[in-house]
Amino acid sequence: MLLSGKTILVTGANRGIGRAIAIKFSNEGARVVLCGRNVVELESLKASIQNDNPLNDAIVLEMDVSKYESIKQAFLTLSKSKIVLDGIVNNAGVMKDAALMMTTEMDVREMFETNTFGTIYCCQFAVKNMLKQRKGSILNLSSIVGLNGSSGQSVYSASKSAILGFTKSLSKEMGTFNIRVNAMSPGFIETDMTAGKSDEYYERNLLNIPLKRFGSVEDISNLAVFMMSDNSSYITGQIIGIDGGMII
Amino acid sequence: MTNTDKLETAFSEALMIEKSLIIDDLTYQSIPEWDSISHMVLISELESMFDISLDTEDVIDMSSVLKAKEILNKYDILF
Repeated sequence: MLLSGKTILVTGANRGIGRAIAIKFSNEGARVVLCGRNVVELESLKASIQNDNPLNDAIVLEMDVSKYESIKQAFLTLSKSKIVLDGIVNNAGVMKDAALMMTTEMDVREMFETNTFGTIYCCQFAVKNMLKQRKGSILNLSSIVGLNGSSGQSVYSASKSAILGFTKSLSKEMGTFNIRVNAMSPGFIETDMTAGKSDEYYERNLLNIPLKRFGSVEDISNLAVFMMSDNSSYITGQIIGIDGGMII
Repeated sequence: MTNTDKLETAFSEALMIEKSLIIDDLTYQSIPEWDSISHMVLISELESMFDISLDTEDVIDMSSVLKAKEILNKYDILF
């Protein structure tokens, strides 16, 4: 198994991509630290993981990445339990589609506080934790929209684009400690965040994907496993597209 | 281990210097071993040693061993 002996924290683990990543990590032998706002869903996920992997001592931590104090308390809990992280996947995110003129101040704040500031603060605390063993892997979730932009998603795009510069810079800062920092930029991935869109929306997007299918959470979790594993030990500062060749 | 022992151990391991060099007057960047890189390690060691999470302002303000003690006092760690 690729992640045996590793402890990896996943934010937004209660559903969608985060949940798939957590399950995949567990199946690859990692002890997963399941973080999110909905503790009931996280406990249910933990039970499911332990049903499949009885020896997995998964941990549930309540964490609202949009709130600095919440992140701080979660990491303090880890520290007091002497849990040292081998990796973190900053997955938690929100997407609120709207033309700029129709985007409320509250939505701007929510997207930046969750997608951008949450990632930054989680990295800040994770790095302090990882410094103890002078190694680690950080994987931030950006988006193809953060790379290329998308009409009706200017603020979401901005919040995800910021992660790219942050990732590249942090990788340079942390290289000396053998802490790798990378980002992935998913294209159109079928999750509950993309559910409920019109058929026209799906058809229009499919036309722009050379591989002629939408991505799945399994596609994302497979890449996340690789990025957390020692097989990617010489990869840092990279933005890895996982989009079927999508053009936007 | 006393709090002073813990502090000296954290500094010694983070900066990789002898404990005898860890005096109140030792200041940030006054020796090659205490640079911006080892400062990050020092913060991690102190947090781990005392089971605390230092505020960012305190990380920035920790400019000497004496200052470190003053800052840790705020977290109910007395010397």
